[in-house]
Amino acid sequence: MSEATAAANAGARTVVGNGENLVELDHLTKRFAVKQGVFARGTAQVHAVEDVTLTVRRGETLGIVGESGCGKSTTARLMLRLLDPTAGRIVFDGRDITRLSQRQLRPLRREMQMVFQDPYASLNPRKTVGQIVGTPFAIHGQSNARTRVMELLETVGLSPEHYNRYPHEFSGGQRQRIGVARALALSPKLIVCDEPVSALDVSIQAQVLNLLRSLQRDFNLTYVFISHDLSVIRQIADRIAVMYLGHVVELGDSESIYTHPKHPYTAALLSAVPRASANGRERIMLTGDVPSPINPPQACVFHTRCPRFHRGHCDVEAPQLRELGPSQWAACHYPLEKWPMTDDEIRQAEGAAREDRPSLEGTAHELPTT
Amino acid sequence: MSSNDDLLLDVRGLTIRFPTSDGIVQAVTDVSYTLSRGETLGVVGESGSGKSVSNLATMGLLNRKRTLISGEILFRGRDLLTLPQDELRKVRGKEIAMVFQDPFASLHPMYRVGDQIAEAALAHANISKEAALARAVELLDHVGIPNARNRARDYPHQFSGGMRQRAMIAMALVHNPSVLICDEPTTALDVTVQAQILELIEEVKREYNIGVILVTHDLGVVAETANSVMVMYAGRIMEYGPAEQVFGRPQHPYAWGLLDSMPSIEQRLERLVPIEGAPPSLIAPPSGCPFHPRCPYRFEPCPTEVPPLVAPVPDAHPDACHLPWERKVELGTQRSLLARDAA
Repeated sequence: MSEATAAANAGARTVVGNGENLVELDHLTKRFAVKQGVFARGTAQVHAVEDVTLTVRRGETLGIVGESGCGKSTTARLMLRLLDPTAGRIVFDGRDITRLSQRQLRPLRREMQMVFQDPYASLNPRKTVGQIVGTPFAIHGQSNARTRVMELLETVGLSPEHYNRYPHEFSGGQRQRIGVARALALSPKLIVCDEPVSALDVSIQAQVLNLLRSLQRDFNLTYVFISHDLSVIRQIADRIAVMYLGHVVELGDSESIYTHPKHPYTAALLSAVPRASANGRERIMLTGDVPSPINPPQACVFHTRCPRFHRGHCDVEAPQLRELGPSQWAACHYPLEKWPMTDDEIRQAEGAAREDRPSLEGTAHELPTT
Repeated sequence: MSSNDDLLLDVRGLTIRFPTSDGIVQAVTDVSYTLSRGETLGVVGESGSGKSVSNLATMGLLNRKRTLISGEILFRGRDLLTLPQDELRKVRGKEIAMVFQDPFASLHPMYRVGDQIAEAALAHANISKEAALARAVELLDHVGIPNARNRARDYPHQFSGGMRQRAMIAMALVHNPSVLICDEPTTALDVTVQAQILELIEEVKREYNIGVILVTHDLGVVAETANSVMVMYAGRIMEYGPAEQVFGRPQHPYAWGLLDSMPSIEQRLERLVPIEGAPPSLIAPPSGCPFHPRCPYRFEPCPTEVPPLVAPVPDAHPDACHLPWERKVELGTQRSLLARDAA
């Protein structure tokens, strides 16, 4: 454990250039208008990202975790100005880019790149690998990039002979390497990886994760790594933001969050992950599904599913992110005192325990110990 | 292990070939396994390992004219592969039911959820429409849909992903089947909802005393729910045994590779250990052991001889690997020592 921790901390502290933060998001909000009703008479708003304040430090990997619809991809797209925010401010590399026009953004685009989830959909099937990886050079006015493209292919573990091949000739893992090579082309400062290994088989996932980790060391890259998979995030992130219904509910050092989650939602997520090493452990079962982001719950967005819900507090006053441990913040009125905790302990938060305890289909159960 | 009455499925030497314009796809080769009452059989493997196809054969969902199938699938002593279509129809959906991966694609978007379940009820039983609807409501309630009577009148899009999968499970249970095949039942769901659905499947199994086949690529899901595990690669079984043995003392290099390449949630590892290379083509699979091109421990017999699936010593479970038992023990011990060092 100590070695891994030391490495993680060292990674988090690697700082280059002026200003520790490469990206700063300040009270960022994004709402999408959607039509409602058969004749589109009413319009409603999807609260995709609500009041998110985050920083990405130079040289670190910030992991964003959460379930589908929690706003993790929208946050990343806002960061790159692929979407325009409804409110808030985005600072990239010391420069406020919130209101820059697309033309003004263009020179900055080379500094920020993205690796997408689906390696089948994100590569043009009618272009050769050389053309795909060479496109960034062409767009930014660098001709004769052929040798550079071949170098890049080698960097990501492909062979320069692959230059004239088409994407369909490659397996999923190799395609994702092509996507990584394309993102690396212009030596960006920031790479946003949006579920880059979710479409890959487990034996291939490890190859791509290792590649991303070694590239980060070699090129001093900063990653924002989005995933729904907590195990994958654990392997790559130095710091983590846990999102739920557009809000960051917990933020901090990866190691601290995984060993001592403070927010009940983080704890539920961690305990819900099935593990191959079956240690006896209790699972916190959340009832129901994530509520609709069109009509999110009042005050704390998690209160409808929270085992520690306190009537008259959680449904009235929205909790703010507050520091609850060394470099660890959570937005909860009744954060967890320790970890691991049993389901019953979690319910007996200080003060009145939840009276209207929701009917649980599956109450916490003891898992078989081997 | 179990008496003969409890034996539900006995698959012997199942081999499935798909002739295509590019050549014959060797989807499943010589696969044998059993399923008893109260058992959850976990089938793990990567994409293209044949884990789904073998179950489609059990369901009789492969086109017999375009597929070459050999071997036997004995369901309570009757071979499903030679059963006439009308006999098979009485088994499929009634005695053997299936839950698919994508609950949105498996429900008709323009019919009410309750009506769709009632339709399944009417398909195999001579009952009134009202009785079928009542059965649908009863089952929806049973699988944990709150306010089932009203929700039965909803359309699939009004259900969340987890509720749709619950509805699919309700539909599968209409005729009290004795075998429930779940093909990646939680892959499309979020992790907190996945936990709920896995729990529901476990409850259903206990309550109805049925056998469950759980097909998944997620080793964690299998480790937590299955009694026995079958690890498949390139259409063949690599390792097959009780779950606590396969996860506690895995014997096949492919199983080691799979387990070692899994990102751990317990700790951050210095380096993940991937399996080098990529899964083989099933049109031209490697000769001998299909895993040999990616196996770090291959030796002379591997490229030429197909290793049989046998237990290497009496108290071990069957694996298909040429390595001598002593060597497997030695490598297995090294592996667990490495894992302990990393921790």
